[in-house]
Amino acid sequence: MKDIFKSIEAYRLWEKEEPRSPEDKASFIADRIDVSDRDLNAFITLDREAFSRKAKAAFSPERRKSPLGGVPVAVKSNICVEGELTTCASRMLEGFRPPYNATVIEKLDHEGAFVISGANMDEFAFGSSCETSAYGPSRNPWDEDRIPGGSSGGSAVAVSSGQVVCALGSDTGGSIRQPASLCGVVGFKPTYGRVSRYGLIAFASSLDQIGPLARNVTDCATLLKAISGYDEKDSTSVNIEVPDYCASLGMDIKGMKVGMPSEYFQEGIDGDVQERLREAVKALEELGAEILEVSLPHTRYAVSCYYIIGPAEASSNLGRYDGVHYGYRDEEARDMIDMYVRSRTEGFGDEAKRRIILGTYALSSGYYEAYYLKALKVRTCIAEDFRKAFEVCDAIVTPTSPTTAFRIGEKSNDPLKMYLSDIFTIPANLAGIPAVSIPCGLGDNGMPVGMQLMAAPFAEEKLIRIAHAFERNTGFHELKPGTIED
Amino acid sequence: MRKDKNKYSISIEDVSYAARLSRIELESDKMGKFREQLNDILVYIDQLNEVDTEGVAPTSHVLTSMRNVFREDEPGTSLPNEKALANAPAKSGNFFKVPKIIKES
Repeated sequence: MKDIFKSIEAYRLWEKEEPRSPEDKASFIADRIDVSDRDLNAFITLDREAFSRKAKAAFSPERRKSPLGGVPVAVKSNICVEGELTTCASRMLEGFRPPYNATVIEKLDHEGAFVISGANMDEFAFGSSCETSAYGPSRNPWDEDRIPGGSSGGSAVAVSSGQVVCALGSDTGGSIRQPASLCGVVGFKPTYGRVSRYGLIAFASSLDQIGPLARNVTDCATLLKAISGYDEKDSTSVNIEVPDYCASLGMDIKGMKVGMPSEYFQEGIDGDVQERLREAVKALEELGAEILEVSLPHTRYAVSCYYIIGPAEASSNLGRYDGVHYGYRDEEARDMIDMYVRSRTEGFGDEAKRRIILGTYALSSGYYEAYYLKALKVRTCIAEDFRKAFEVCDAIVTPTSPTTAFRIGEKSNDPLKMYLSDIFTIPANLAGIPAVSIPCGLGDNGMPVGMQLMAAPFAEEKLIRIAHAFERNTGFHELKPGTIED
Repeated sequence: MRKDKNKYSISIEDVSYAARLSRIELESDKMGKFREQLNDILVYIDQLNEVDTEGVAPTSHVLTSMRNVFREDEPGTSLPNEKALANAPAKSGNFFKVPKIIKES
């Protein structure tokens, strides 16, 4: 596949060099996705009818004045797009067509972006490999025998393989950053409250946040700016002015303080990942950043904390799937209770069931204080660690994932092992802070390695500034899977 | 991690109870598998007890600036009936249709 969608800039050039009618452009994009998706499965469904319906509005010459006008943006299947299949990769929502748009979709429509719904994911975003999708796993474009990461696996694959220019994902414990890292693209989780969650199908409401994925920091900043902002429909969205994130591009990072938490550079990280990170930190230092050691002593409890809070909130949020208002219903049920049980038993996959049962258990009488309340207190300790660290540094650097992409099936029978692959990304969700993953080279197996940068609440600009300086001086974002031609 | 088969954090009865509360049915082989997996997870999670949380307030919202959000009590438009019913597995006129709730005596 030719690399015409590697950036918004490249896309504009292609538009100019190969002019097409809106209809033709829509079919060209759909065909391009179709061909590569036989191997990759980045999309659950491709709604060609929606493609031609939206083509005229998105691809009008008028739209090109807007930064995102006509730009193909893949959208994870847990973000509501009115009238288009939004299944959360679950049998439970097979055939579900939302009656309204998520706020981020309204915003993208306003910008004239070409929204492509139905990017594959782990079922209800429960997973780190995209393998729990009821519609089959997406595959990593760098090696199709390997997982793309998750849960926003389809979004990362669509961007990494050049099917689309950029994408939206959601991040509850690393679901944007980890697949971005494993597929060699940039993935950004904004501060909790920066982007409206209205129309994002809820997993864990105190942790969920929508964010962008792209092949470079510039496009990520452009997309982030478009979707950010206060929304009265989401009472947890924050009414703080959205800065022009693109203004942070191209700045130097001399004198910026970047913290390295000693706790993150110890056991459990693959040697090659560790090596790439040390090189990346050195590159930051050469760019003028001051590297200092920081301590986040409670970080080692983050996974434990998360696997109480996440499932507890999920078990409550997924109570809504009762076979009444929408979603799957078993038609053979004898009575109401039987209908609930049969519909939920048949509609949910195993990982969803595991998390619902774990969450219900943690919230049940007698265990609430030992598990749930304890986890909420430890969460406070984790957030406090970060608050203290950001008193002395502008950003914190870590690997995004302790390993490169693993093989399909490698961890699918061991949930705990799978959970531990999010060990570096989970703390940012618990603390509500922004974080970005950017490519920093390849591992020994030729698979991408990602560097994570985290900052204080609403310090997205610092992340963009550092990430962009790193990207422009290292060029790791230019690395791409073998399936893409120059 | 060493697994002591005689020491479980969660019993079959606990799993069965939580599944029942969740309105999920587990066949017996799956029950055993889930119990093993949930046990592994809970044994790992037990490390939370190493943290001294005496006097630590639980996080209810990560951004401490967050307050209750109110708006004026003014009626606005809501989803029209047909849209609200469009995804219903079963409907009758303007209503969602469900199986019988009250048992015949």
